[in-house]
Amino acid sequence: MALLEINDLHVGIEDTEILRGVDLDADGGEVHAVMGPNGSGKSTLAKVLAGREEYEVRQGSVQYDGEDLLEMEAEERAQAGVFMAFQYPVELPGVSQQNFLKESVNAVREAQGKDELGAADFIKQVRAKADLVDLDEALTKRSVNEGFSGGEKKRNEIFHLAMLEPRLAILDETDSGLDIDALRIVADGVNQLRDEDRAFIIITHYQRLLNYIEPDYVHAMVGGRIAKSGDKDLAVELEERGYEWLSGGNAAENGKAAEPEEAVA
Amino acid sequence: MPATVQEEPSTEARFLRAFEGLSEKAKNGTVEAVKGRRRRAIERFEELGFPTNQLEAYKYTNVAKALKHEYRLAPAEAAPQASEEQVEALLLGDLDAHIVVTVGGRFSEALSEVGPLPEGAFVGSFAEGANAHPSVFHQHYGQYADFEAGDPEQRAMTALNAAFARDGLFLYVPEGTRLETPVYALHLPSAGDEPLFAQPRHLFVVEEEAQARLIEMHRTPSGYAPTPGSFTNAVREAYVGARGHFDHYVVQDEGAGASQHTTFGAYHETESIFDTLAVTLSGDLVRNNLTITPAGPFCESHLNGLYLGRGETHVDNRTVVEHAAPDCVSNQLYKGILSGKATGVFNGRVHVHRGAQRINAYQSNKNIVLERSAQIYSKPELEIYADDVECSHGSTTGELDEEAIFYLRSRGIPESRARVILLGAFARDVVENVRSGPLAAWLTDEVDARFGARTA
Repeated sequence: MALLEINDLHVGIEDTEILRGVDLDADGGEVHAVMGPNGSGKSTLAKVLAGREEYEVRQGSVQYDGEDLLEMEAEERAQAGVFMAFQYPVELPGVSQQNFLKESVNAVREAQGKDELGAADFIKQVRAKADLVDLDEALTKRSVNEGFSGGEKKRNEIFHLAMLEPRLAILDETDSGLDIDALRIVADGVNQLRDEDRAFIIITHYQRLLNYIEPDYVHAMVGGRIAKSGDKDLAVELEERGYEWLSGGNAAENGKAAEPEEAVA
Repeated sequence: MPATVQEEPSTEARFLRAFEGLSEKAKNGTVEAVKGRRRRAIERFEELGFPTNQLEAYKYTNVAKALKHEYRLAPAEAAPQASEEQVEALLLGDLDAHIVVTVGGRFSEALSEVGPLPEGAFVGSFAEGANAHPSVFHQHYGQYADFEAGDPEQRAMTALNAAFARDGLFLYVPEGTRLETPVYALHLPSAGDEPLFAQPRHLFVVEEEAQARLIEMHRTPSGYAPTPGSFTNAVREAYVGARGHFDHYVVQDEGAGASQHTTFGAYHETESIFDTLAVTLSGDLVRNNLTITPAGPFCESHLNGLYLGRGETHVDNRTVVEHAAPDCVSNQLYKGILSGKATGVFNGRVHVHRGAQRINAYQSNKNIVLERSAQIYSKPELEIYADDVECSHGSTTGELDEEAIFYLRSRGIPESRARVILLGAFARDVVENVRSGPLAAWLTDEVDARFGARTA
């Protein structure tokens, strides 16, 4: 049994069906890239896995480590080792990154039956993990994401990922808005975090991130379904040919029916 | 009104009768500066009566209506005592301070521990201070919270206080003197059968190039049963001399049944710093009137407020900054968190007088409403009669950000805890403006504990 098993997942908001039967299995040690045009539902998939409540699951199932993921609260998922790097990381003025991370790390550790991380170990970890993504140590002491540049916010997400050591890491368009240097730094960080016990699902619009993070599997998402899966060569093909050839001629219709990805209540 | 109908005596009439009934000894128990004003004060109060919401300045806060009890108008001569242990439990952890304690508005010699002071300085009871420093009283008493000057709508409660004023705190720091440790004033409610109407009167004088910090805490000891329904009508006056620095922090936390009306008039001279904080953690009806006059150039005035309203708490802060002199800075930050059927009111006015150029005045009021049943009335006002100034004001009211809650949850933090973290973060910039580390730490814990208990 794979770490994550998504079967025939249908998800919608009100009258709109966004996911129309997604199947995807991911196991430890694997990197899955999910690519697709705007409105294909790829970000919705990430958000549903992370536990956003505004989406209605209408059919299908998601098993994580043998448990029904859809029955779990967002915090329970995080405690069980699911992590999503946000496409738009939230600024939390007045919430110190250190206090927040200490609480976050210890909530996860407690749920997993581990001891609290002591102050000295915590600081050591912060330093080491911030280094992974070249994050200025000063930023680890400020309010969460407040006044961070776009690139710093994305790097901060990978820093959180490194601190929380999840088993399933979902990157929701982490590459969007990054210049080439920042993209390299983020990709380096992710590569160092690849681990045989950890699965990655990388949601991306462009193939360029995959030049730096080599995926084991690439899934092309069109109209709320995974239209084709393959290896890294599929990403190159999608970049060259686009997505229309996958949708059997009704891409326009599918695209129209799907909710735009940014339309989050 | 037909003459045959026997009218219930008005609340005001009871106070007037009580005034006439006070022995001459009680009336004259202080210096001329205080006793010489009583008669005029009671006459002025008789004309004005308790503020009702017919007055613009009290539009949302009907003081007259909140006076719902037959009050005892003066504490018993032998002030009811709290124990030393109870006082001990209400000190701020590691704060080294000159400790003064009042019970029911009366200074308690036995519970206070002022300790050594710099030469010429005084920390202690208003009544005693008046006798020890009559010339200081003559110069400053009744000058900054005056029932015959300032906003006519805000004079009644000051007049009533001046008519009955007898005890409270007196702080005197003479020219060039610095109080190295802060003054910690603990105000305890009185215990007894009838609710008390207390009228403490405080005077703080920090002279030229002098420096002091005062932390006032209105709190109720555990295991202490105050009479519910008490009302405190406090008047504070502060004078800060040129290049002086005075920090004044007050915490109102007497429990859900206690009401407070406070009037604070502060006047500070050239190049001085005056820093205030008013925190309301609990109460029935709370109204704070704060008027600050930076009277000379290059003054800094900081006004901070934090109010947490739960249940049916009604808390109203009204601030006025009179920028009469040029080249001054004033900065106001008032924040409120309201739940249940609580009501929050903020009315802040910055008045830049003609000729008061190069004023930088900022005013911000932000509120979080946790339930739709809570209410906020926020009205920041700028009135500017000078052309070279930089002033801004703003007001926001909203709910906790669901996106932020989800972000915290997605990092493993339970929803209830996420809400507490975000409320603490909301209050943080007010707390960070507090120059006293132990007080700031206490406030952080207190905000956390109160909402932690609520949402857990």
